[in-house]
Amino acid sequence: MTATTATTAPTAPTAAAPGVRVAALAEVPPGEGRAYVVDSTTGPAQVAVFHHRDGRVSAVDAVCPHSGGPLADGQIDSCVVVCPLHLNTWDLRTGESTSGQAPVRVHGVAVIDTPDGPQVHVTPA
Amino acid sequence: MHMKQKRHLVLVGNGMAGARLLEELLERGASESFQITVFGDEPYGNYNRIMLSHVLAGEDGEESIYLNEIGWYAENGIDLRSGVRVVDVDLPAREVVDATGARTGYDVLVIATGSSPHFPPMDGLRREDGSLLPGVSGFRSLDETRAMLEEARSGEHERAVVIGGGLLGLEAAKGLQNHGLDVTVIHSPAHLMNQQIDADAGAVLRRSIEGAGISVVTGARTTGLTACTEKGRVSGVTLKDGRTFPADMVVVTAGIRPNTDVGVRAGLVVERGIVVDDQMLCVEQPVGSQVYALGECAQHRGETYGLVAPLWEQATVLADVLTGADPDAAYHGSRTSTKLKVAGVDVASIGQSGPEHPDDEHVVFSDVRRGLYQSVLVRDGRLVGATLLGDTRKSAALQQVFDRGLPLPEQRVELLFDLGDTAEGSVEDLADDAQVCNCNGVTKGDICGAVADGCTSVKGVMDATRAGKGCGSCKEVVSKVVEHAVAAGGGALTEDPSVHWYVPGVPLRKDELVAAIREQHLTSVSAVFAALAPGGAEDAKSKMGLTSLLRTLWPTEFVDERDARYINDRVHANIQRDGTFSVVPQMKGGVTTPEQLRKIADVAEKYGVGMLKVTGGQRIDMLGVKKEDLPKVWADLDMPSGYAYGKSMRTVKTCVGTDFCRFGLGDSTALGIAIEERFQGIETPAKLKLGVVGCPRNCAEAYVKDVGVVAIGGGKWEVYVGGAAGASVRKGDLLATVDSPEAVIQLTGRFIQFYRTWGNWLERTYDFVPRLSVERLRLVLVEDSDGMCEQVDAEIDAACAAYRDPWKERDAPDAPGRFSAPALPLLPLPVVPSRPMGAPGGTPREQLPVEIVMPNEEALMAGAQQ
Ligand code: SRM
Ligand SMILES: Cc1cc2nc3c(=O)[nH]c(=O)nc-3n(C[C@H](O)[C@H](O)[C@H](O)COP(=O)(O)OP(=O)(O)OC[C@H]3O[C@@H](n4cnc5c(N)ncnc54)[C@H](O)[C@@H]3O)c2cc1C
Ligand code: SF4
Ligand code: FES
Repeated sequence: MTATTATTAPTAPTAAAPGVRVAALAEVPPGEGRAYVVDSTTGPAQVAVFHHRDGRVSAVDAVCPHSGGPLADGQIDSCVVVCPLHLNTWDLRTGESTSGQAPVRVHGVAVIDTPDGPQVHVTPA
Repeated sequence: MHMKQKRHLVLVGNGMAGARLLEELLERGASESFQITVFGDEPYGNYNRIMLSHVLAGEDGEESIYLNEIGWYAENGIDLRSGVRVVDVDLPAREVVDATGARTGYDVLVIATGSSPHFPPMDGLRREDGSLLPGVSGFRSLDETRAMLEEARSGEHERAVVIGGGLLGLEAAKGLQNHGLDVTVIHSPAHLMNQQIDADAGAVLRRSIEGAGISVVTGARTTGLTACTEKGRVSGVTLKDGRTFPADMVVVTAGIRPNTDVGVRAGLVVERGIVVDDQMLCVEQPVGSQVYALGECAQHRGETYGLVAPLWEQATVLADVLTGADPDAAYHGSRTSTKLKVAGVDVASIGQSGPEHPDDEHVVFSDVRRGLYQSVLVRDGRLVGATLLGDTRKSAALQQVFDRGLPLPEQRVELLFDLGDTAEGSVEDLADDAQVCNCNGVTKGDICGAVADGCTSVKGVMDATRAGKGCGSCKEVVSKVVEHAVAAGGGALTEDPSVHWYVPGVPLRKDELVAAIREQHLTSVSAVFAALAPGGAEDAKSKMGLTSLLRTLWPTEFVDERDARYINDRVHANIQRDGTFSVVPQMKGGVTTPEQLRKIADVAEKYGVGMLKVTGGQRIDMLGVKKEDLPKVWADLDMPSGYAYGKSMRTVKTCVGTDFCRFGLGDSTALGIAIEERFQGIETPAKLKLGVVGCPRNCAEAYVKDVGVVAIGGGKWEVYVGGAAGASVRKGDLLATVDSPEAVIQLTGRFIQFYRTWGNWLERTYDFVPRLSVERLRLVLVEDSDGMCEQVDAEIDAACAAYRDPWKERDAPDAPGRFSAPALPLLPLPVVPSRPMGAPGGTPREQLPVEIVMPNEEALMAGAQQ
């Protein structure tokens, strides 16, 4: 695994903000996803962060459990992500698949307002 | 506060009979009175063994054959010990002993251990340690199927021999042949499937099987296997008469033997199977002991069975007995009748297969050329047997006549041909307990029950009862029964209403949707959801279709929301299984130049393109490009996109035409290039592929294109529409013959725009054209019956004018990280070859852990693949 492929170097958590900052919210266009590598207790985790059109964010494993597809490149709505490779679907809130696949892990994610604009923070599960 | 102690039921064998018993027990509330433990030798939940034929044939993925996955057991409070074999039963102590040595007590024991493949004695079959010679396999379990599938797909083996030409053997043969192996079936009786059908039917079946390219040898016993010492695996088979057949794989399907060892160890009465009485109770066991057996391991009234239908009856009886739902329930044996699809051929056999008495009336209809064979056997005025091959529509009706001894028509042949009546046979006359779906044991009554419970669509009933979800040969009858039951209940057959919606998330047909979008001036996908979806909710699976529609309706005003595009359309390339992309530059009409080829070669080297391939669309595909390299690759190529990823006009294939070909009647190359240039990038409801040929020899396959143009001489061109040679093959319909290239382009444009306006999302022209009928298209588009041609021409003009090469986006991507942000794939992924296997410099096969991944079935059905 190449943790160096993350586009943004994660920074350490501060007292004020939970988890680690992975990106500015503006870097994830509305309705789309981007993937980041975040350190977790079990080693680096690949996390797909989604920016819903209603402003919410979701974060799940970036690797599709079906056959390794890039979930961050999938299409989303307010509930599910559709993997681009074989079109299986997962509920972004529970991580359960709605098409009969193994579940994905749901990671903690928050948007923190800063003077530089809103930032996405991820707390790996 | 005294809770009634639950009794402990232990089930040995988690196959089709055992699993069915569990379901029947749960249905009768058995979890109230029983604590249930299940031992299953195979390390899975339970799966539909019948479907292994489909898995071997590559038609179904493993994951689609599970009936109950492991989690199901826990959910139902059942303790499943999967992968644990039971080796002994201590009857006096009422304990089973498993392979780990552990003992588990029971109050009630059920043995459902099924059967195993029978391996007839053959020299060289086993190695010294007793294991099978590598390359030799039975065909019974998922593990065996998986191993055969892997070998068959490895590409290392060319020839397979199947020993035994019964049901399983023919299915194995067909399955292996599907993977390109050269297959021979060697069968020792005189005709195929001799258990079920007579010699004449066997001969017809043989022709159908041979017609499918499988060699058949009958009346020949295999006596030995030869091995290749170098590879340490099988190399051929030897027959008794001395003939030899080379083989890289051998499948033995020479019958099955009931798995009785658990019964033998327990000291139960075992003959061919474990002997049971009418309540499935094992005979002569110690008083008070409760050991039952069912399925293929059980012998009832001298019979053992090898098909699922009898097991369903046994499971029902045993569940009634165990739960006390009907303590007097009794199993009286099953009439062996079968309705199967074997290696693609429908076979039904009821009762006896051939005449035995001199007075037997045997009425036979046979049409060898069409693979049809139908016969009925009548004795003393009653139907005692029927065999149907190739066309089994009459089987349900015949089964009923057979089961109830109904009076027969004076003209026996009417049993086979309902003279006057429609050929379908009447489902109305079927009895309630007539089994319609044998694979899943669904009766007409079950189907009517589902309808009574409120299902009014065929799909709904199939989901609720599993009817039609096994081999699929009964689907037609199932639909008829549903139709009939719904009508009888005074209702109307429904279709899942969503089948008519343009996209699943907005409950409107295309025409209604278009009207609403125009009326409310909705120019973005989110605006459509907000205004027209229930609760304003967005739906991921609807976004792509809406994007396509909005672009068509608003060529200039469309508000492009990138999240509403599928990944391919966001980055203008086709995503691959490893998350990289393929790049196909435009190469109009399949014509290229040294300069283009040089650029392609340079780019391929510079960016380490995994594979360079000439496509079926007459251009060149660069596969395995990283997302972040796409803009650079496009810049270096400096060629426009070929739209190989979009639901849009793809290519115009051409032949060399008048300039070079001695038969050429028109300049097909020039016309093809002109068409491709004009309609490049136009989005359409599904992809659109065109072809132009210089004469009816059709070298560029124009007859099977969405739009195909054929020069016929004298300056005339024929324009065909609705052709296809993909998943379905259809010759296009002649729309018109016109007399200039300009007229071809105009008519093509009209057709494309009409299709854009009226075609459903993902509806290819091979469905669209027959839906509207070519006659209607001709009236509207050629004769201008509706006076709309002028407008259609103007619309397509506007759409063509709005073309912009999407690869130009390399200079100014729409969003941060559009190309640069990797989607991080990811952990070890399937490796894509750096050159094709077997090609010069190609990756050796053994370094390629490429396994086959099954797409989401439902999505595929919806045609949502790219
Ligand atoms: C590259 C190519 C195969 C090749 O190596 O030659 C190809 C590759 C794919 N085809 Fe094809 N098709 C290719 C020519 C064809 C042809 C032949 C032709 O165009 O003349 C056909 C039959 C003609 C037709 O479409 O009717 C064809 C019928 C299909 C189908 C079946 C469509 C149908 O409705 O019958 C699919 C599946 C689908 O669309 O759902 C498909 C789907 C695909 C996809 C896009 C699968 C996917 O969803 O990822 C493949 C992309 C591979 C990749 O990752 O790049 N491809 N495919 C050919 C590209 C042609 C081009 O230059 O654009
Ligand atoms: C490829 C194929 C295609 C078929 N097609 C058809 C068809 O089209 N129509 C039809 O009607 N029938 C078909 N059949 C036959 C059908 O699958 C069987 O009749 C049915 O599976 C029998 O069910 P069963 O439960 O008795 O045995 P099985 O399904 O074999 O189940 C027995 C289970 O018990 C397990 N077991 C055995 N011994 C032990 C032990 N000591 N401890 C623990 N577990 C044990 C076995 O591993 C197995 O999982 C087909 C069979 C195959 C293999
Ligand atoms: S879709 Fe099928 S036929 Fe087409 S390229 Fe892929 S594997 Fe080949
Ligand atoms: S890899 Fe995601 S659905 Fe197949």
